Amino acid sequence: MFKTWAFVLIAAMFAASASAARDENSIQVKGSDTMVNLGQAWAEKYMEDNAGDFVAVTGGGSGTGLSSLISGTCDIAMSSRNIKEKEIALARQKGINPNEIKVGLDGLAVIVNPANPAAKLTLAQLADIFTGRVTNWKQVGGGDEKIVVLSREVNSGTHVYFKEHVLRKNDPGSKEEFAPTALMLSSSQAIADEVAGNPAAIGYYGMGYISPKQKPVAVAKDEKSEYIEPAIDNVLSGAYPISRPLFIYTNGEPDGLVKKFIDFILSKEGQEIVLKTDFVPVKK
Amino acid sequence: MRKFKESLIEKLIFICGLASVFFVALIFLFLLKEGLAVFKTIGPFKFLLGKSWYPISEPPQLGILPLILGSLLVTLGAAVISLPIGVGCAIYIAEIAPLKTKETLKAGIELLAAIPSVVLGFIGMVTLVPLVKAVFHLPTGLTALSGSIMLAFMAMPTIVSIAEDALYSVPKTYKEGALALGATHWQAIWRVMLPAASSGILAAIMLGIGRVIGETMAVMMITGNAAAMPNSILAPVRTLTATIAAEMGEAVVGSEHYFALFAVGIVLFVISFAINVTADLCLHKRQ
Repeated sequence: MFKTWAFVLIAAMFAASASAARDENSIQVKGSDTMVNLGQAWAEKYMEDNAGDFVAVTGGGSGTGLSSLISGTCDIAMSSRNIKEKEIALARQKGINPNEIKVGLDGLAVIVNPANPAAKLTLAQLADIFTGRVTNWKQVGGGDEKIVVLSREVNSGTHVYFKEHVLRKNDPGSKEEFAPTALMLSSSQAIADEVAGNPAAIGYYGMGYISPKQKPVAVAKDEKSEYIEPAIDNVLSGAYPISRPLFIYTNGEPDGLVKKFIDFILSKEGQEIVLKTDFVPVKK
Repeated sequence: MRKFKESLIEKLIFICGLASVFFVALIFLFLLKEGLAVFKTIGPFKFLLGKSWYPISEPPQLGILPLILGSLLVTLGAAVISLPIGVGCAIYIAEIAPLKTKETLKAGIELLAAIPSVVLGFIGMVTLVPLVKAVFHLPTGLTALSGSIMLAFMAMPTIVSIAEDALYSVPKTYKEGALALGATHWQAIWRVMLPAASSGILAAIMLGIGRVIGETMAVMMITGNAAAMPNSILAPVRTLTATIAAEMGEAVVGSEHYFALFAVGIVLFVISFAINVTADLCLHKRQ
């Protein structure tokens, strides 16, 4: 008797999951950890306005989102970096045609402990610190202390962006890498926590994470330029040197529920949510 | 009828046994198929002995020596810490403790095994890491030592319960003989019981180490994950398991990075296999 019931239960579970996947009223959004709060905020507001539609949002990193789009396990991938050539090629092989939509901007804040006297750095100094050429805070305006470099894991779009635009200064031929001694932390929150507790640490994260427990560093393009604080206005005006676009990717031109959701994201209301979650809208 | 039923059940059990062997073989074959593909782009020596791990660069640098050494360092540290405590605890439970204490202690140790490793990792992150940083005046507390201490907790239940079992199965006459010859309780434990149970205790330690080397979540949270060659136990390290867990999401299916992660899996499999076989040999020596 018990066996029969167990069997019925398992069968029902399979049936339920199969029908959930086919449900036309639900979409799966997956990807960038930087954008996961933003995606969640969009989804909540959208579901409030459109009863009956269901939007599920999960994080995991930009790479995770794009690879699920390619393998067909999500409808929308959030990504804080451009899709790579290799990923496009792989998608084409599987009959998926990635379609890029820019939905916002993010300033990357470089942060140190509030007790750290160093308050401003040039891009060149940042590159020196994160590649390990500069290892003591006194070389860049701080006290005599060894620098603890924090970085995000390689599945993070933030990691890739920082490497390409700060360490490699947008030069595709450059071979710069993060110092092997850099600590790879698994989330922006972990970076925030470590910086809050460690006066010698330096890390980076999306502007939305800034709190009084960390001090954002003012950044200048070079020694002659002005040092700019990471702030929404400075990112929007283009004055802050480390900012990046945020994307969502769909399979081909969006249609149906996916299109409805993206239209909402790009609407005035959707872009206000971008601003509310401390990112920078694409349209003002 | 009864005979038929008997033989049917026997066959079913036989099939179950066969199936588990079959699945292990399939998993290993899959691992080999995916992992060995990396050697098309990089030689096995360069892979195993390369000192830099930059899997997403162009071209990727896939040297896993720092990861292997990181794993071994953390594991060795955990073994050194958990060995005396675990064996001591087993001796106390098996030989010295009164019945009531014994039952409580055993239950407590088993409970320790039930704590999910992510919880231990989190506790380690907020309590142990700042402590290690303060005690050793380090730039950061995310070190191999923090990982070792936390993993020692995870190895302990395995070591204690198997070592205790080994001590328990030493024939009573050994101890009685020793006591009759005038040995004190401690002398009997140290000179008679421990040597008699040594192969079982060795197996307990090996199985504890086997558990530690495969542990992922806690090490990922508290060892710092820096893929540099470790030069001391007070430096951050990156382990094989943490590397797979952290990077699996990014690796584009079919890329060198993807194959390399499977190859890391093979290395891990080989290490665990060697440890388990050693433990098994120790156990069989006893019988």
